[in-house]
Amino acid sequence: MEIVKIANLKKAYGDLQAVKGISFSIKQGEIFGLLGPNGAGKTSTINMLIGLSRPSGGSIVIDGMDAIKEIKMTQRIIGVIPDENNLYGEMSGFDNLCFCASLYGIGKKEREKRAMELLKQFGLTDAANRPFRTYSKGMKRKLTIAAGLIHDPKILFLDEPTTGIDVESTRQIRNLILSLKEQGRTILMTTHYIEEAERICDRIAFIVKGEIVRMGTVTELMESVEHEYRIKLQLDSSIIELKEELENNFPSCKIEVLEQNSCLLISEERMPLSPILQLLDGKGISVYEAKEIKPSLEDVFVKITGIHVSNLEKEKVMK
Amino acid sequence: METFIAFWNILMKDIKNYYLKPPNISWGIIFPLSWTLMQIIRLSGDIQIVELLPGLMAMSILFGTTSMLAVTITFEKRSKSFDRLLLAPISISILVLAKILGAILFGIVNAFVPVIFAAFLVDLSGVNWSITIIGVVLIAITSALLGLLVAVSVREVFEAQTLSNFFRFPMLFLCGLFIPIDKLPAILKPISFCLPLTYGADMLNRAIIHRSSFNILLSCAVMLLFIIVFFYLCKRNIEKKWIL
Repeated sequence: MEIVKIANLKKAYGDLQAVKGISFSIKQGEIFGLLGPNGAGKTSTINMLIGLSRPSGGSIVIDGMDAIKEIKMTQRIIGVIPDENNLYGEMSGFDNLCFCASLYGIGKKEREKRAMELLKQFGLTDAANRPFRTYSKGMKRKLTIAAGLIHDPKILFLDEPTTGIDVESTRQIRNLILSLKEQGRTILMTTHYIEEAERICDRIAFIVKGEIVRMGTVTELMESVEHEYRIKLQLDSSIIELKEELENNFPSCKIEVLEQNSCLLISEERMPLSPILQLLDGKGISVYEAKEIKPSLEDVFVKITGIHVSNLEKEKVMK
Repeated sequence: METFIAFWNILMKDIKNYYLKPPNISWGIIFPLSWTLMQIIRLSGDIQIVELLPGLMAMSILFGTTSMLAVTITFEKRSKSFDRLLLAPISISILVLAKILGAILFGIVNAFVPVIFAAFLVDLSGVNWSITIIGVVLIAITSALLGLLVAVSVREVFEAQTLSNFFRFPMLFLCGLFIPIDKLPAILKPISFCLPLTYGADMLNRAIIHRSSFNILLSCAVMLLFIIVFFYLCKRNIEKKWIL
């Protein structure tokens, strides 16, 4: 059953088309990932779904409700975890959770009970009475996620859930997201991290410049590179100048020059290596290692979007 | 009931987080107190303390209410915690009411600091307290809504203060508190009639020093009109500027 349906959704800020008529749907109990670089339209899309932004066109149906006209009804069943930890610094973790629960009309006893349960679930019981501003980054992120769950929402919107936190907290949060799925919640998450999307999401949409360029399960997305053979060569010097000559001599083979004197040979059929090695040898370049590389989701992303993953990494660091 | 729980908790959170913080309590007491003392020190023989009371009360409300609301909301918007309130299943009207009520109460308390101080020095038995309270409440509501309008118009806390001062000081001098309206230059009089504080101050003047320019019902009606217009503008601006 599809619980979120988005059709031809558009958002323009003046002349800038941030979201250009995207359509997708999310099944109940599914984790759906929006993967793309900064400025791709991920946050603009989420903001329209949660009611923080008005679409310029298109439709949003959440759990059978028109989420544009009946946004206040829709907000009852959705939980939002923004990309920034926006709880109140002066208030304790417990008070923050109780306050967030009260915004959904939950009575005092019930909200205190839920707050305690969530603090326990997220391993924050010991820090319950400490001001939020004294929490570590990972703790802040966990409490922000807990705040999004305080009213027991059916659907969760997570914007960059693990950006800027340490490895251990990232691992814990990813496990938490998976456990939320096991509880039957539907999750839409945005991320910069390809491996995170690959590991957690049931389906992924690549979004670039406000458009969804490809969507599917990891297996479906991998199909586009499944029939490719990739061989990584480790050389004693760079072959940037030889790239064109190599591609002219071996037209069935695409050369991708990598960093640190290495390159990738990509072809649709298994290819003999000796002619290439001979050509390189003739040019005075020695090959130290040649190994077959299994294509990854990263390769799919690069192939489809044309955006190199190192650019995403830079954005992560900037964030 | 659900809406009331949300409304009440937003109000209580603001009171605990902002209005009951020591710096703000001291601001609420020291500001009106220092203005009162300043005026008492410079009093010449023909001016009574009681004559200064309407001005001091109006000033305390205006500055206390607009400053607090403009700064706290700009701060919450900047830290994105205000987005939590926008994401809650409550209407923008309830949200506006919950946010301004704390500032209104703060303004009302501020207004009575000079009164308490004056009570030790002069006889206040001639004051019409009913009209005073109505005037104080109406000034507090209009000032709080003005503070909210400022908060919606700016991005940074310092901008909120600058913009607040831009209308607060001219309003104080044109509302008839310090310079009677009939003594204002002809060009400034129409501006004075367009300020909510003019009518609020007139109510306080009537209640405390028994001098006024307008009918009490007219003042109340104009203040209520200002409240409706400001409330509508705040709601519309929040929807327009914060739900992009």
